[in-house]
Amino acid sequence: MHAINYESPNTVADAVKLLAAHGEQARPLCGGTDLIIQLRAGVRRPSYVVDVKNIQEMRRIEFSMQQGLRLGAAVPCIEIYENSDMRKYYPGLTEAAHLIGSLQIQSRASVGGNLCNGSPAADTTPALIALGAKCRVIGPGGERIVAVEDFCTAPGRTVLQPGELLVEFHIPAPARNSSDAYLRFIPRNEMDIAVVGVGAAVTLDPSDDRISAARIGLGAVGPTPIFAREAAQALVGKRISDETIERAAQLAIAATSPIDDMRGTAEFRRHVTGVLTRRVLAKAIERARAAQTSR
Amino acid sequence: MAHLNGSSDGNFRVIGTRPIRHDGVEKVTGQALYGADYSMPGMLYGKVLRSPHAHAKIKSIRIDKALKHPGVHAVITGADFPEVKGVMAQVGELVVNTHYLSLNVMARDKVLYDGHPVAAVAATSKHIAEEALELIEVDYELLPPVMTAEEAMKPDAPILLPELRSRFIAHRTDPGSPEGPDRPTNVAAHIQFQRGDLEAGFKSADFIVEREYRTATVHQGYIEPQNALAIYNPDGHITIYCSTQGSFNVRTLTASILGLSEGMIRVVPAEIGGGFGGKTTVYLEPLAVLLSKKSGRPVKLTMTRSEVLRATGPTSGTKIRVKLGATRQGKITAAEVWMAYEAGAFPGSPFAPGAMTTLGPYHIENLKIDSFDVVVNRPKVAAYRAPGSPASAFACETALDEVAEKCGIDPLELRLRNASHEGTPQPAGPPFKKIGYIETVEAIKNSDHYRSELIGKNRGRGVASGFWFNGGLQSSATVNVHTDGTISVVTGSVDIGGTRAAMAMIAAEVLGLNVTDVRPIVTDTDAIGHTDVTGGSRIALATGLAVYDAAHDALRQLKQRAAKLWEKQPEEVQFKNGVFTASGENAAPLTLKELASRLARTGGPVTGRATVNAGAVGAVGNAFATVCVDVEVDPETGKVQILRATIAQDAGRAIHPSYVEGQMQGGLAQGLGWALSEEYVYDERGVLRNTSLLDYRMPTCLDLPPIETIVVEVPNPSHPLGVRGVGEVSIVPPMAAVANAIYRAVGVRMRELPMSPPRLLKELMRKQGTSVEQQAAAAD
Repeated sequence: MHAINYESPNTVADAVKLLAAHGEQARPLCGGTDLIIQLRAGVRRPSYVVDVKNIQEMRRIEFSMQQGLRLGAAVPCIEIYENSDMRKYYPGLTEAAHLIGSLQIQSRASVGGNLCNGSPAADTTPALIALGAKCRVIGPGGERIVAVEDFCTAPGRTVLQPGELLVEFHIPAPARNSSDAYLRFIPRNEMDIAVVGVGAAVTLDPSDDRISAARIGLGAVGPTPIFAREAAQALVGKRISDETIERAAQLAIAATSPIDDMRGTAEFRRHVTGVLTRRVLAKAIERARAAQTSR
Repeated sequence: MAHLNGSSDGNFRVIGTRPIRHDGVEKVTGQALYGADYSMPGMLYGKVLRSPHAHAKIKSIRIDKALKHPGVHAVITGADFPEVKGVMAQVGELVVNTHYLSLNVMARDKVLYDGHPVAAVAATSKHIAEEALELIEVDYELLPPVMTAEEAMKPDAPILLPELRSRFIAHRTDPGSPEGPDRPTNVAAHIQFQRGDLEAGFKSADFIVEREYRTATVHQGYIEPQNALAIYNPDGHITIYCSTQGSFNVRTLTASILGLSEGMIRVVPAEIGGGFGGKTTVYLEPLAVLLSKKSGRPVKLTMTRSEVLRATGPTSGTKIRVKLGATRQGKITAAEVWMAYEAGAFPGSPFAPGAMTTLGPYHIENLKIDSFDVVVNRPKVAAYRAPGSPASAFACETALDEVAEKCGIDPLELRLRNASHEGTPQPAGPPFKKIGYIETVEAIKNSDHYRSELIGKNRGRGVASGFWFNGGLQSSATVNVHTDGTISVVTGSVDIGGTRAAMAMIAAEVLGLNVTDVRPIVTDTDAIGHTDVTGGSRIALATGLAVYDAAHDALRQLKQRAAKLWEKQPEEVQFKNGVFTASGENAAPLTLKELASRLARTGGPVTGRATVNAGAVGAVGNAFATVCVDVEVDPETGKVQILRATIAQDAGRAIHPSYVEGQMQGGLAQGLGWALSEEYVYDERGVLRNTSLLDYRMPTCLDLPPIETIVVEVPNPSHPLGVRGVGEVSIVPPMAAVANAIYRAVGVRMRELPMSPPRLLKELMRKQGTSVEQQAAAAD
């Protein structure tokens, strides 16, 4: 009978040591909301499961207006939602984390796990891309920083090498007059997987209602989550108008390469990418305007 | 029979109240035992190897490696099953051919759908059993899959069952005669009902609406997967614990598949986590018995969700054509309906009940209904709540909405102008007895919901009606009078919808007891007389009738005992409000409790018994429902939100109104899922893609509004309590109601289920003169 060794280290160093020792045979486990299903379905058959939930360094949320955010890769989604700094300064990422599964799932699932699972439909990944989040990765060879948009390489695959562990995210402090938002399309109202997900972050120039900075992340419309660079770039320096937003939406659609599957057709996904880009930008802009008065 | 003198006056003490259900506490505290909760000493775990192909010949199966795997105690394949002659067995509303059932339980020389069992293993743990499955080598020769009725009916379609020949059925009780040339076909049967003069009917019409519809394969979605634990005793007796709607069906079907006599099998029905018709047949039970026989140990099998979706019976996908003729005044002059039901791998779709119910709410003089049973490479369908009726109602009730629009008549008014009533012939011919269809339409017409104004863009309101004939069948009941004056009511009807409470209430009503003094028990097949499946909305009606009679039988005996104590004649004894009285001396009134304590002195215990065939005594009552739904459509994504939903349904008599309302809400909720999001998605090789509840999308509570219920009570004249049965008809109208609401919201007619966002968006784009493809292309 195939047996699995379960390890639960308390430090990043011990976790990396275990992962490095067993290479492809080892798999980190955080909430297990993807891994356990994959084990049951026989999609993955690791001999070692390294539980990273008990590593304190990976469980912290640290925020300051000077340093920005350090978000531990193993922080359960529910703690993000319950954190007032997260809700205030990163509402888009917070709502993405709060869309994942039920409350029970949110109590287990983490943003780090969501990214490492490598699904193009992960809800928090477009939100992280929109915020310009960076991943701190530690492995046997030391430490490296990877932009979230460069992290996934193919469905179910990431840049992580055997022995490497995603420890935390670094997210810049929000600029004045900025905010973010995340929207996804699902056929049901909850408990579903994104057919399209769009995250956006915008910074406004309050003097003349122009957009001074923007980033857009797209989910479930290509083999990996997508940083829609040109769509975001088209907004920079532009006055907020329906035409400006429509142009960004069209460029977002152009950045996609979706497939037909049981969750939606490629055509439907392209169309909805445009719809959600318009809606998510409107929401982020509205929040950024509100931030001008509240912060 | 005294109790069939017509409905009672409705002056009840217990019936119509809402007591807490007797099985409630143990269910909410987790004490109730479901099938998978049972374990036995030395028990083995079984697993089933399933075909990864939709259509293939099995050239060989090698099990020697699996047998040698440590921990494996038995392996079975089709070779372990006896040859079964094709016998037709009645299972609820459907008829089952036991030969095909045997082939469905375990494939022999051919696999006919993705998930079809080809072997099973019993081992000391689930994991060992799973590993052993991987050691079984099956050599397949692939055949082209046939996935839809449309493909299967083509003259050059690949043939699933070489021996199958088509039967033509001319009326409801016709056993059928050969139809067409004597050559292989995928069309198992064709039923036809007609009356009047169709041509003349269409000629007299001012408008004709002729449309084509499609509905997807959908699953019942019961939360508890199938399970079975079998114990084969060395003396040849077998005990089976399982989750089923019909313990006696499991006994009959398992015995026939394994070539055993029914008396050798005892089936103990566990608590059931939903069924909706899907648990009226067998899948695992015969495998568990054979594995137990081979290994000499108890064997338990439990399906995964993926196995449930791939290999248990959903209900048919359909293709339906409807042609309606109507006058300007909204009188339907003629109707022609053509329907093809996908049966899955073996004959036995609900094509006949579909034909028997389609357009049932309407009095149409010139009518022709053709319905076909077509085999395809999908799992063999099972019953699902009002089998056959929802798909045909989706088609006919949306076509009717178009008629109402053309006539410029309110859609409820159109229904009233054509409504069936007492004496109207049913689609299958016999006239309706007293029915409450018109009352359900009036109830919606007068409801707060229908009278409220629907304000807002992209919002619309739709209505639709449905008919289900309901089942009768056989039931048995025993009422045991305990020495303290409490009673137990024993039946063989598995409790899915709160029927234990209903049975206790009926007995309490008859015997003047509090419902808490009644213990309702569901027992096994050796401990009660034959009882048919919990299906066909028949438990409150038929088992309720048995309980009513058994309680009266106990009462009759109790009167005799009181008479004996008082030295009077039984007919001199009166019973009212729980007290036995008689006039004259030496007859101090006795409560039931007092009398019960003296039974030993009057001849021993009292047990009331009754058995019924509710169909044979004509007690079956037809059920109708009318539904009103408000929707809002997101015109940019095609997503539909249900804003409000109301159902009016004729219950005849609501024994326990909360559970009547629960059935109404449950059926409507399932119908909304069927309307908007549920469907089997197969790839081009015929492999099911959405084998989890993540991608087989049933509505969650967040997708549904609070569902408003209006219980209509037009008592069934053939039942002593006026009961009609309430379990099924609620699922019939919702799909058409949603489609009609979508039309009123955004002006597009949806004729294919589910009305999912991509499908609705496509229609919206078509209406605007663009396509999603063009829009997307413009962006590149």
